[in-house]
Parts: sequence; C-alpha cells; structure tokens
Amino acid sequence: MKELTVKSNSLKKLTQMMRKQIFIPVAALLILIIFNLIADPSFFQISYAENSAGDPVLSGYLITILDNASELAILAIGMTLVTAASGGQDISVGAAIAISGSVVLRVLCGDNPRPEELQASILTAFLVSCLVSMLFGAFNGTLVAYFNIQPMIATLILYTAGRSIAAWINNNRLPIISEPVFGYFGTFIPGIPIPTPIFIAALCMIIIALVLKFTTLGLYTQAVGINQNSAKLNGINPQLIKFITYVIMGLCVAVAGFIKVTRFSTINYSVVAADIEMDAILAVALGGNALSGGRFSMVSSILGAYVIQFLTTTLFKFNVSSSALPAYKAIVVIILVVISAPTVRERLSKFWKRVKATRAGKEVA
Amino acid sequence: MKTVLNKKTRRLSTMTDTNLLLTITIVVFVLMYLSAMLFIGRGFLRFQMFFNILNENAALIILSCAMSIVMITGGIDISVGKLTALICMSAAVNLDYQGGNVMTAVLLSLAIGIAFGLVQGYLVAYLDIQPFIVTLAGMFFAKGMTTIVNSTQFNVQNEAFVALKNTRVYVPGTGYVNRLGVYVPAYVEIGVIIALLTVAVLFVVLRWTKLGRNFYAVGGNSQSANMLGINVKRTKFLAHLLCGLLAGIGGFVYFLHVGSGAPSHATGAEMNAIASSIIGGTMLTGGVGNIVGTLFGVLSLSTIKNIVTMLGLDDAWWTNITVALMICIFLVVQSLVLLRKKTKAKA
Repeated sequence: MKELTVKSNSLKKLTQMMRKQIFIPVAALLILIIFNLIADPSFFQISYAENSAGDPVLSGYLITILDNASELAILAIGMTLVTAASGGQDISVGAAIAISGSVVLRVLCGDNPRPEELQASILTAFLVSCLVSMLFGAFNGTLVAYFNIQPMIATLILYTAGRSIAAWINNNRLPIISEPVFGYFGTFIPGIPIPTPIFIAALCMIIIALVLKFTTLGLYTQAVGINQNSAKLNGINPQLIKFITYVIMGLCVAVAGFIKVTRFSTINYSVVAADIEMDAILAVALGGNALSGGRFSMVSSILGAYVIQFLTTTLFKFNVSSSALPAYKAIVVIILVVISAPTVRERLSKFWKRVKATRAGKEVA
Repeated sequence: MKTVLNKKTRRLSTMTDTNLLLTITIVVFVLMYLSAMLFIGRGFLRFQMFFNILNENAALIILSCAMSIVMITGGIDISVGKLTALICMSAAVNLDYQGGNVMTAVLLSLAIGIAFGLVQGYLVAYLDIQPFIVTLAGMFFAKGMTTIVNSTQFNVQNEAFVALKNTRVYVPGTGYVNRLGVYVPAYVEIGVIIALLTVAVLFVVLRWTKLGRNFYAVGGNSQSANMLGINVKRTKFLAHLLCGLLAGIGGFVYFLHVGSGAPSHATGAEMNAIASSIIGGTMLTGGVGNIVGTLFGVLSLSTIKNIVTMLGLDDAWWTNITVALMICIFLVVQSLVLLRKKTKAKA
C-alpha cells in the first residue's frame, strides 16, 4: 500500500514537472545527451589542441556547440521579447545581421576593401552598427506598434530588402580585415582557451537577467502580450512597449552580427546568417513559449537555442550532409512540437487516468 | 461640389474592405503598366511582354492562390517554396531515372502536395499547433528531402515532357510585325492556362460555395464561426489540404517552365507568394482577401521587377529594395483601411 502512494506521489510530481514550461527544452536536451551517450560517448570528450595561431585551446563537440550557439542564443533573447509583446515574430533578423555586419566592415575599412590599417577603432564600429541595427529595429517596431501591421508581414519588408541594403552599404565589395585583434572576438583571445563568443553570449544573458529582475520590462511585455487593452487600462503604453522590444531585438542583432563578422573577418551578404531567423523562432517555440504572445520564459528560450545547436552538431557528427540536415531537423521539431501540443497532452493524461482507473478497479476486485 | 464629394466618400465607405483593397491593387497595377508603356516603351508596348510576365509567374500565381486561401482562414504556409523545389526534383528524377512518363510525374507532384497538405493540415487543425511552426518544419523537411532525392541540378531529357514544355499556345491578334515585315505571333505557355483556370475555379469556390464562405467565416472570427455551426477544425484542415493540392499543381507548373530539378529552385517563392497576397489585399489576420486581387498582386510584383531591370538599374539590390518599398506602401495603405473601419465603428 505504501509503495503505491509513493508511486502515485512520484507520478504527481512528474506530471507537475511536465506542466512546467522549461520541461520541453530540458527533456529534449536530455534525450539528445542520452542518445549521444549510447551512440558514441566520445562525443563528450574535451581535449586540448593547438589552433592555427599556435595557442592551446579547448576543442570538442561540446565546445563547438556552446561556441556556435552563441549568436542563436543572443537572438533568442530578442525574439522572445518580440514574440511575447507583439504576438508575432521578427523574420528579418538574418537580413539585419547582414546589414549590421556590413556596417562594421564599412566603418573599419572605409572605401578600401583591403585596408592595411583600420580606419576606426573596433569599438566605434560596433557602436555604429548597434545604432544602425537599432534604427532598423525601430523601423520594424514603428510598423508593428503604430501602424498595427502583423509582425511577420511588417518584417517581411526588411527581410526582402535587408541583404540588398547590406551589399549596397559596401558597394557590393567583400572587404577582408587582416588585423588579428578583430578576429579575437569571433575566435579565441590568445591565452584564453575558451572561444570568445561564449563569453559574449554569457554577458548578454547576464545583462538580460538583470534587466528582467530589476526593471518592469518583463512584466509589462507579458501584460501587453496577454491583453493589450487591459494593459492600457492599467496605465501601460502598449505601443511603446512593443516598439521597445523591437529596438532591443535590433541590439541583439547587432551583437550577433558582430560575432558573425569577426568569426571570419569578412562577410558574404547572401549567405551570412541564412535562415537564422527560422532557428531563432524555433528556439522560442522549443522553449515552450506561445508564439501568439503573452507569458514567456527567457531561460527556456535560450535553452531552446542550445538544443537546436546540439541537434545540428549531433547530426553533423553522424555524417549527415549539411544540405540534407533540415529534413532530420524537421522530423525532430515535429515530434517535439506534437508532444508539447496541449491537445496531445490532454489526451495523454486522459489515457493515463483511464489506465490507472482500470488498474485500481482490478486491485479492488 | 460638396455633395459630390460626400457621395464619393459615402460610396467609398459602403465598400467592403475586400473590394476597396482589390480596387486599389488593380488601379495600381494598371497605372504602373500604363506608365511603363508611356515612359519606357520598347517591350512594354507589345503583348508578348505581358505574356512573358505571365509565363514567368504562372507557378507563382498558383502558389500565391494557395497562400491566400490559408491566409484567409487566418493561417500561413511558408513551406510552398521549398515544396515546389522538392516536387521539381522528384518529378525530374521520376521522368529521367525511373522511366516515368508525364502522367506519373503529374500524379507524383499532386501526391507530394496532398501529402504535405494532409500532414500539415492535421497538425494545425486537429492538434492545434501554430501554423507557422508546422509549415516551418514542413519547409525544412522539403528542403532536406530535395537534396536527399538528388543533390545536383540536371535538365530533364524525357522527350514527351520536353515537347510539352516547349508547347506554345499562340494568342491570335496579339502579335506584332517585326522590322523584316514578318508577323511574330505572341504566345503563352501551358502553365499560364492552368494558372488562369485555377484562379477562375478558386474565385468561384471562394465566392459561391459553402466551403469558400466557411474559409472567410473561420478567418474572420473562429469563435463566432463555431457558434454558427461551422466545423472550424475541418475548415482549417481543408484549407491546408487545398493549399497542399495547389502547391502540387504549382510545383508541376514551375517544373514545366524550368524543365529541370535543382535544390535551388523556387528560392524565396513563399515570401513572394506572401507579398503578392498582401499586395492583392489579403490580410494575414484572416477573413479578408480575394483571389483576383492575388492575381493582380503577382502581376504588380513582377511588373515592378521588370520595370526596374528595364530602367537599367541592373544591380540586383535595386529589385529587392523596390519590392520591399512596394510592400511597405501597400501595408501602410492596408493599415489605414483598418483605421478607417475603426473610426467608422466609433461614429
């Protein structure tokens, strides 16, 4: 008898846990980790190796995942806020990254695509690109907040024009920066064995955690997302909140774009950050956030971004070609989304109840 | 003078949103084409130019219709572009490597489209998953499957298919006499006829059938549609199924136009379809839209692309920037129309 109550208690705890939002990304991550452990435990090996500059650095699949997911995690921060406030997604982030990267190179190189010396300090270039990205974010935000246009459609404009604008900023040339310091931001700082993007992503996460803890941004965004009219009646300006989330998205884009250009010290307008908007939206969805806005969990979203990168790296490890990768990704996504769909969960819990009832009936008999 | 104005505004205000947006689209297209004829001349003065726009965009017209239907029910389908690429590749492999004929290729295309429609429709309608995520996964799946089916581009050699591809339907009375005094008749491809037929059929379906009216009702307000006794879930499911079927047709028409299979086919077609639907007056919020508007949306989009190239602004970026500008203008107009509705409701 005692055993039975313990069992039902643990079952209750399990269902409680399942109801929590963070359950989906954590479960996905666990499944992936277990799968890798069974398939090939060497996946988790981390070793010291020398990189091309001759410095000892950490290498291994885990480091690759953490490193490559940095941009996605940063974008997931902005995308979560945008989704929560406006109930829609920003599909222009990939194109906007092309713009911000192009601006960085333009400021650093001036008119000469192969500069001997940088024309401005890297900090200036970064700040200018932040400003430009925030302006484009403000453009999206104005359309969404003040013209009441559906976010996906409003950002379709920048999605269409973005890469063209990026090419136009540099007169369609592809500048290459030979200054090694510039590359430190996207690869390694000499003497530190951990890739720099991981630090940048961590910094962004700390900042957003502090902002959500000490300001009312999180509360207001959710209020606007849940019910715009009642938020208004409570003295919140819903249009301003929506606008601000898009400007923050612009800032996230600038940081992600900066990492992207510093990885290779150059840019390819049509390829850089291609389809990253889809991955960012996926991260938000995998985090269990409703894409129709309202309540959000930032931790889940960021975790979702790492799950996506984990999945990608796992697939690469099993020699799935990069062009066939999306098909497998789609299958995993569909499975995850179906499991987490409310109707499916309801049916499952009903099924469980029926099973339990029949069991109890048998015991009584 | 005042009374005339009053009359005009009254007539304008009694127009439904759908009709007003449709009128705007058609007027813009006609103005654009006329000004192109006046100021650019050259090719625009010939019928063939117009037919070429149709030839190039027959598939896009069908895909945009598919998109419009889903958008009218309040959903979205971003998988149609990659689905087209998958269909092209599958049909091409079927024709050249598996010894299929044109008929099997057509059936295969439709089957792929319907399969996508079934799965996506079930997930969206009955499992209540957001259409964006479902079709995003569909897009990824189609994109990956295309390269799994075959990873390289190749032109189809099948004779019957090539003959069908090169079939030209001459439109009487629209040709011109060239410098040598030879009469050059103007033509359209078979795909254009399929596309126009599709538009006509869908126009009838959306306007005069129960199913069509249900699409609008569900998109406008799914709760009140439910109270009226409409099966909302089934309607959404049917919308996605129809979208899949149309994507199948559109995919084959695209294949008929290009005659090859390649993973890079129809890149960005989903966004072009969405843009065309918006320009045609379909709203993503659902309940508002018109197939004829979508047709004109496609025509406007491609006309402006042609004008930009004709003006000598060859740099690829100008086309995209102009298109973006055009979408922007139409969106602002739509938002003003919605505002008009609000102020009307207040008055």
